[in-house]
Amino acid sequence: MIGSSRADEPGTSEEGSATLSTSPVAAYALALGDDALILGQRLIEWVTHAPELEEEVALANISLDLLGQARTLLTYAGSFDGRDEDALAYRRAPEQFRCVHLVERPNGDFGATVARQLLFSAYQFELYDALTASADPTLAGLAGKAVKEVAYHRDHASLWTLRLGDGTKVSRGRMQDGLAAMWPYADELFAPDPATAGLVGLGAAVDPAALRPAWTRYVESVLAEATLTVPQMTPAPGGGRSGIHTPEFGALLEEMTSLHLEHPGAQW
Amino acid sequence: MEQQEQFDAVLAADERIEPRDWMPEKYRATLIRQIAQHAHSEIIGMQPEGAWLTKAPSLRRKAILLAKVQDEAGHGMYLYSAAETLGVDRSDLLDRLHTGAQKYSTIFNYPTLEWADVGVIGWLVDGAAIVNQVPLCRCSYGPYARAMIRICKEESFHQRQGFEMLLALRDGTDGQRAMLQDAVNRWWWPSLMMFGPPDGASANSSASMAWKIKRHSNDDLRQRFVDMTVPQADVLGVRLPDNDLRWNAERNSHDFGEIDWEEFARVVKGDGPCNTERIERRTAAHTEGEWVREAATAYARKQAAKVGAA
Amino acid sequence: MSEWPLWEVFVRPRRGLGHAHVGSLHAPDAEMALRNARDLYTRRQEGVSIWVVPAGSITASSPEEKDSFFDPAGDKVYRHPTFYTLPPEVDHL
Repeated sequence: MIGSSRADEPGTSEEGSATLSTSPVAAYALALGDDALILGQRLIEWVTHAPELEEEVALANISLDLLGQARTLLTYAGSFDGRDEDALAYRRAPEQFRCVHLVERPNGDFGATVARQLLFSAYQFELYDALTASADPTLAGLAGKAVKEVAYHRDHASLWTLRLGDGTKVSRGRMQDGLAAMWPYADELFAPDPATAGLVGLGAAVDPAALRPAWTRYVESVLAEATLTVPQMTPAPGGGRSGIHTPEFGALLEEMTSLHLEHPGAQW
Repeated sequence: MEQQEQFDAVLAADERIEPRDWMPEKYRATLIRQIAQHAHSEIIGMQPEGAWLTKAPSLRRKAILLAKVQDEAGHGMYLYSAAETLGVDRSDLLDRLHTGAQKYSTIFNYPTLEWADVGVIGWLVDGAAIVNQVPLCRCSYGPYARAMIRICKEESFHQRQGFEMLLALRDGTDGQRAMLQDAVNRWWWPSLMMFGPPDGASANSSASMAWKIKRHSNDDLRQRFVDMTVPQADVLGVRLPDNDLRWNAERNSHDFGEIDWEEFARVVKGDGPCNTERIERRTAAHTEGEWVREAATAYARKQAAKVGAA
Repeated sequence: MSEWPLWEVFVRPRRGLGHAHVGSLHAPDAEMALRNARDLYTRRQEGVSIWVVPAGSITASSPEEKDSFFDPAGDKVYRHPTFYTLPPEVDHL
């Protein structure tokens, strides 16, 4: 059962046919949109707390890009059953969110934030790059625009990984710790999502597992240049794509939605 | 006195003083103080609105507000950049902000209690800032004037987005209209204080006018702001909280009530509702960022050494 | 010692125009300076190309030398096309 598909509404019932049924596309857009939305929200927490003024502007830029991607994807997902971006962002229960756990992780220190951004942007870059060839024109269009943004995010995260990894003894330790805090959540990025697996064969979605080799090559080369060690860790259980989330996600969502929910039916 | 004469001639011709020109030490000190205070205000000013970023009630508003708060960081940086042309370091100016040796606008020591505060800041606080800042685009010091031209262009987005947000509240639910009026009640008087003490009591004004750093008196600008804002309040259907506010046909201007200058003095001295909180957050960001800045410096040094050795 | 050096930033607003000075920023090295400049000075599509230069690397003429540097060009009126009077038939030259 997918968060966005509601059997009581027309046109959203799931079927096993090989046609491009609407609801898996909606579910796919929703999952990618939730990733962008929640990471954008996490990065916002850095505002007025960045390590230098120049970095305030840089982090806000990344967050704005992610927010823009989220709005396009949620709007598209909602178009299948008549919900708008805010209905999806603000009026879903936690278990109806489809984001991966990596984007939910608390910011930690700057090293942990850079680590999360490196792992996620490197994944998102491969994803959008492949998705530019999607059979779904809306997804292909979004990917074409977003891949340029994400290339910059990945570059930003890589430059900071080098500087923290190969900076001082303190920064190297913190960067390695940050990496360890995020690494177990990388596995989930490449886990198959049963709700949208059918789209892969139709050329609309990207098989996440197929992104892994290029991701590994990129991340490992950055870590090597940064004199950091590739962590050897047991993957976290995952489950974000099925609506199972980490404990910290509830607090994030509550903060994000409380004002909106206090004023039912209000326009902003 | 040849240098002084040249300086005076440039001012008399309404031309700009540029960084390497000779200038009276007091002119330099006045500019450093004013530009730094202005820059600090932008940086501290990110906090009251930034507090609502994670809670913004729609994704559109969230994106707009983030772009706005980001602009404020940018404006702070343009201004520090202008100040640095006068021979001071940004890090020293930030230290002076952190220790309280230099001030920022008292307006940012008031709390943002509701979402409507964000829109009212855009309307009143940015509106007052624009009235203050537009004349600074013709300030006699070139780098400051150039920074202000860039800032003023971007500020008009700030004021318009604030007003648009308030229109949505005006047309919204009773609860939304109530929060709008409440925010106006709390921000109106502090906004009037943004123009500084009355002309008779302003210590720095007359020299700044002679040097063409400042072009209009505090009271003139305050009056201009009141006259501009009253009709806008009508559009929003809000009441400005001043029983003495009325049109004076003789003066062709609005009369308005007495500003509580004792409150102003208290907040300037550090006794406002949020002074401590604002500086603590700013200082914490700076202190906790130290290891990051050090790391980047160390990395740059290593890379330079590698290039040197090769 | 952790304070980053100052960089001057020059932006080409669009193709066909030269880079113009827009301001400065702080960055630990050139690579970061370029990115910080992109984030700070081209948020509204103000540019298509950026230069960053360490502020200390700029050699500038001094205001004290202004007279000897720039005044001597003042009387070389023959460098300007308007100095020359031509008959109306060829005055478009």
